[in-house]
Amino acid sequence: MSITAIGAYDFPAKDVVGNFPAPLLYLGWDQHMMFCAPFAVPVPSAMRFGDLVTDLLPRLFGEHPDFSRIDWAKVQWFRSATLFSPDMDKSLAEQGFGHKSVLRFRTPGLEGLRGSFG
Amino acid sequence: MDTRVNPKKPGLKERYAAMTRGLSWEPSYQPRDKVFPFDKYEGIRIHDWNAFADPFRLTVDAYWKYQGEKEKKLYAVIEAFAQNHGELGVTDARYINALKLFIQGVTPLEYYAHRGFAHLARQFGGDGLRLACLYQSADELRHQQTETHAMSVYNKYFHGMHESNHWFDNVWYLSVPKSFFEDAFSGGPFEFLTAVSFSFEYVLTNLLFVPFMSGAAHNGDMSTVTFGFSAQSDESRHMTLGIECIKFMLEQDPANVPIVQRWIDKWFWRGYRLLTLVAMMQDYMLPKRVMSWKEAWEMYAEANGGALFADLARYGIRLPKGWADACEGKHHISHQAWNTFYNYGAAAAFHTWVPETEEMKWLSQKYPDSFDKFYRPRLEHYAERAAQGKRFYNGTLPMLCTTCQIPMLFTEPGDPRWIAYRETQHDGDTYHFCSDHCREIFEHEPQKYVQSWLPVHQIYQGHCFSPDADPTQPGFDPLGEVLRFYKFNLDHDNMDFEGSEDQRNFREWGGGQDAKEGQL
Repeated sequence: MSITAIGAYDFPAKDVVGNFPAPLLYLGWDQHMMFCAPFAVPVPSAMRFGDLVTDLLPRLFGEHPDFSRIDWAKVQWFRSATLFSPDMDKSLAEQGFGHKSVLRFRTPGLEGLRGSFG
Repeated sequence: MDTRVNPKKPGLKERYAAMTRGLSWEPSYQPRDKVFPFDKYEGIRIHDWNAFADPFRLTVDAYWKYQGEKEKKLYAVIEAFAQNHGELGVTDARYINALKLFIQGVTPLEYYAHRGFAHLARQFGGDGLRLACLYQSADELRHQQTETHAMSVYNKYFHGMHESNHWFDNVWYLSVPKSFFEDAFSGGPFEFLTAVSFSFEYVLTNLLFVPFMSGAAHNGDMSTVTFGFSAQSDESRHMTLGIECIKFMLEQDPANVPIVQRWIDKWFWRGYRLLTLVAMMQDYMLPKRVMSWKEAWEMYAEANGGALFADLARYGIRLPKGWADACEGKHHISHQAWNTFYNYGAAAAFHTWVPETEEMKWLSQKYPDSFDKFYRPRLEHYAERAAQGKRFYNGTLPMLCTTCQIPMLFTEPGDPRWIAYRETQHDGDTYHFCSDHCREIFEHEPQKYVQSWLPVHQIYQGHCFSPDADPTQPGFDPLGEVLRFYKFNLDHDNMDFEGSEDQRNFREWGGGQDAKEGQL
């Protein structure tokens, strides 16, 4: 839809990729809402998926008691709502992640603090 | 000698006519549309401006006289409250945090409302409506001032109030109320009226004022209560203006109905999302509870609002699109919001805490379908950690909804196990939302919302550092630098209530009510 305005209306978008030090990635661990919302972090698109798992995720989610119980072989990964199988040696960009992409993961069997999804 | 004839004193109706329409004129040097350039472009068709009549028939002279009298009483009470150290008579120092949220997030909105209505008071083509907007503009300015004065006594003794204007313009959670109002007053005058007068003042205002003002009364805060009383008659006038304006637009032309309906859909949802902060305050921040958010929602939204929309059905207006989702959210949003502020308690200019055992019992009773199953375990986990000296603070910035700017904390309607994620594409970029309704608002006017000043993104873009900050220096601490830019008095304005200076001072000064008084 076009905007209802009194005159010409053309302003730049504030959050284009060039305004950030690196493309923005959103990361959420499903059913673990002790972390109240998904995270937003600038992540170089050349980062290997495996590095993201070993370096970034513990930093973001490590404080949850479930984190150390994750069986990484069973984790289900989602790019937004799409289930996919990551290649740990390939980069984020090579697996379809760009600026403001969402990475969600599910850990079957782990349902948060006392099964509360928290 | 001629007998002097006293002219007959005019009646209320004649006085109103003389003091409003009688002071107006038709422009002759310039075409009307150049004098009032704003009142047509939104597509609202007005055939007869005179069909709008202020139900209060208020004239300027009566307005000033009446408000002046209220002002005198208000300032007498505020002064007495300060003289008698009324700030020590509130239930508990935790209560002050509700006032911090109010002065940070609500008071600046009064000023925004003042500006918005001043614009309308100039731009509407009809004098009756212009005048009603003029009064409301003056009311809102007065509310901004009187709220500031009513709470200023607390600023002398407690943290978290000293930079409230700077915080409103910069701090992450205050972008929620700020962007709400900027969205409203950057729309046209009729949209502003629908947003603020109808959706906010008429449909939702009780959910804002009742919790804060009854909360103040219940917790011994006579200064704030007195402000509430002095604003009450204004609020009822604003509510009446809200409903009269909607009816005026709907009665003027059937083509107005779909435009107004879309604004109602949008602004009901924007207002509801904004009230998340109030829901949290009501359930978690008042040591002595008034009623739960869920109860307030059922009474003021479901019952009263339901009747209102049944009444508007004769114009072809239906319930706002987000209504069912908003009603379902009553079980959850206060808990989800408090969890968020508990997470980011290091970056908020008020204190957070884990509710006491008795308070959790109250929450269980009030939220039988949600609290024990979903929210109690988090709070008990936090309490255990805090007891071990490891109070949980979330150190990574959250993903925000592009429209309401609230962190993506809301769950799927009907299924609180999952965070709700929505997204859309515009001009080669992806935009994210907390709900179908926030996404729909964006999709209708993407050109507007691509300009959103999202605090998390602004921090990463380097726009929330002080001028002397140097990110190239070794050891540069970005989050610490953001808090310095925020002008937080670290460890005093922010962090947990437990162990805070507010808590310690209040205790040492002998503040608080009798233990029995302070009970739920």
